[in-house]
Amino acid sequence: MAKVLMKGNEAVGKAAIQAGCKFFAGYPITPQNEVPEYLSRELPLAGGTFIQSESEVAAINMLYGAGGSGARCMTSSSSPGIALKQEGIGYCVFGEIPCVINSVARGGPALGTIQPSQQDYNQATRGGANGDYHIPVLAPASIQEAVNFIKEAFEIADVYRTPVIVLEDGLIGQMMEPVDFDVPVKKREHTPKSEWAMGYGNGNPHLIEGIVMDAPMCEKKNRRFFKEKYEVIEKEEVRYEEYMMDDAEYAFVAYGSSSRICKTAIKTLREKGIKIGLIRPQTLWPFPQVPFQNKNIKLFIDIEMNMGQMVPDVALAVNDKNKVKFFGRCGGMIPSPEEVVEATEKIIGGAK
Amino acid sequence: MPTTLFKKPNGLTDKKFHYCPGCGHGIVHRLIAECVDEMGDTNNTIICAPVGCAVFIPNYFVYDSIHCAHGRAPATATGIKRTHPDKTVITYQGDGDLASIGMAEIIHAAARGEKFTTVFINNGIYGMTGGQMAPTTLPGMKSTTSQSGRDPKLNGNPIRICELLATLTGPAYIERVAVDSPAHVIRAKAAIKKALQYQKEKLGFSLVEVVSSCPTNWGKTAVKAMEFVKTDMIPYYPLGVYKDIKEGK
Ligand SMILES: Cc1ncc(C[n+]2csc(CCOP(=O)(O)OP(=O)(O)O)c2C)c(N)n1
Ligand code: SF4
Repeated sequence: MAKVLMKGNEAVGKAAIQAGCKFFAGYPITPQNEVPEYLSRELPLAGGTFIQSESEVAAINMLYGAGGSGARCMTSSSSPGIALKQEGIGYCVFGEIPCVINSVARGGPALGTIQPSQQDYNQATRGGANGDYHIPVLAPASIQEAVNFIKEAFEIADVYRTPVIVLEDGLIGQMMEPVDFDVPVKKREHTPKSEWAMGYGNGNPHLIEGIVMDAPMCEKKNRRFFKEKYEVIEKEEVRYEEYMMDDAEYAFVAYGSSSRICKTAIKTLREKGIKIGLIRPQTLWPFPQVPFQNKNIKLFIDIEMNMGQMVPDVALAVNDKNKVKFFGRCGGMIPSPEEVVEATEKIIGGAK
Repeated sequence: MPTTLFKKPNGLTDKKFHYCPGCGHGIVHRLIAECVDEMGDTNNTIICAPVGCAVFIPNYFVYDSIHCAHGRAPATATGIKRTHPDKTVITYQGDGDLASIGMAEIIHAAARGEKFTTVFINNGIYGMTGGQMAPTTLPGMKSTTSQSGRDPKLNGNPIRICELLATLTGPAYIERVAVDSPAHVIRAKAAIKKALQYQKEKLGFSLVEVVSSCPTNWGKTAVKAMEFVKTDMIPYYPLGVYKDIKEGK
């Protein structure tokens, strides 16, 4: 199909509808406002429910009920709003609610700035709910990828009965790019909602569980999640892109918007004779391991729009923290390709 | 032929309630189950449990159910009812849950006119966590966090939920009842039934506040606690219908 020019946030809304989203709740916050604005108009036309909730807290707890009732559902927010959702995300994890959380990050902490940032890497991958848990985090680097990932997120959420986060930054949300909405996304098999969701019990009660009677049962449930969900997700759902890595001696590690800046920097650096490529995690959890086993790489240079939140994950994957270097800007500042080139030359000491 | 005069409602499981003697929770559970049975909705109801002493509600009802986050049941019920508009959806919430941490959620669900029913248990105290002050704790009433008695100057004033919510346009039915006497229990049942009926007719949000007891944290016997409901709680929280759109109220 022909590509259409669309703003990232609106494209996310359209992708959700295409994916069969039937319930959306959210609270206004820049830089993601076009998501609820688009869905307030379009979702009801597609037979879905749009609610502007009283808060982000209410929105995620609405998903807990709608998703728990078997509706494909999504919420969208930005940094402080995602912070507020954390307790509810924990309930969605424990209650095994398939749902999608679109997170368009801005500079922080606090109100921070409305400019794009990647300062919510830890918020997304570590989370702020209590307890032991993981949530798959997809990190698109273009609007096309955001559209594909939103659709995939709904599938992953259904397969593992888990919340899935799509982590963007304000750049992806706000810019316009041509998008093909017909890129096929594989429909995946999953337990039908009639077997577990509220409203389908018919006297054989379906319970969405937030508390268990005692510690041994709680431990058992935790262990089941790790074995049946997280171990499988770590095996099956890792995604990454390798760019110009065939002959590379150095590797940038970057996701989302900063990976695009790296691609531009790579061109300049290669012209200067530096053999550098890019490892781009598309899933931040599970974090890719395989591309970091590359023994030809002398240094892995992590480029982020934050103070280095991904560095520990890279160091663990490389298994040698001396080989991991970092350059980043934060608080809503976007590094220029020239800055990245300069920082890289400094890091590798001008070595070829 | 023997006739059955009294039996457990079909909506309740065989599990024994864990509530303290003289606690209102058990009475109200039974009333809900009786009303739902009588309306033929035993297999068509979803109940949202609060965080509070009634958190184990899913053990006691045969309905589909969910353990909501503290205070958020009205948001969760919104998601459920919008997905299943033809199911009967009930939230069951204490005064800490509904009138403190969950105040935003209850007000906005009521204002939106969400078509579910809230049963609100006002026992003037935080039961589950061991007797701390609730937004509904009466002036002068002792709690573990107002040990010389609630002083409105220091601890603020109690909140009357029915009066507050009745100012909104969204609610279809709001009544305050009590369970301190057989007559009041019968009245309470009629109110719950009416609220569920209004839900079924898709008229809007409905809420029944039940002035209840917590003998354990009030430091009273079961009997004395019921007397306290009559002598102290009801005068501060007057019983009656606060909103009834069918009656133009
Ligand atoms: C976010 C959060 N804060 C605090 C608690 C602790 N907590 C559990 S029950 C409760 C109060 C319950 O009191 P109430 O709603 O009056 O119900 P009752 O136990 O009296 O029936 C509190 C504060 C919690 N579970 N979650
Ligand atoms: S602590 Fe109070 S509210 Fe809780 S079960 Fe006992 S009497 Fe009832």
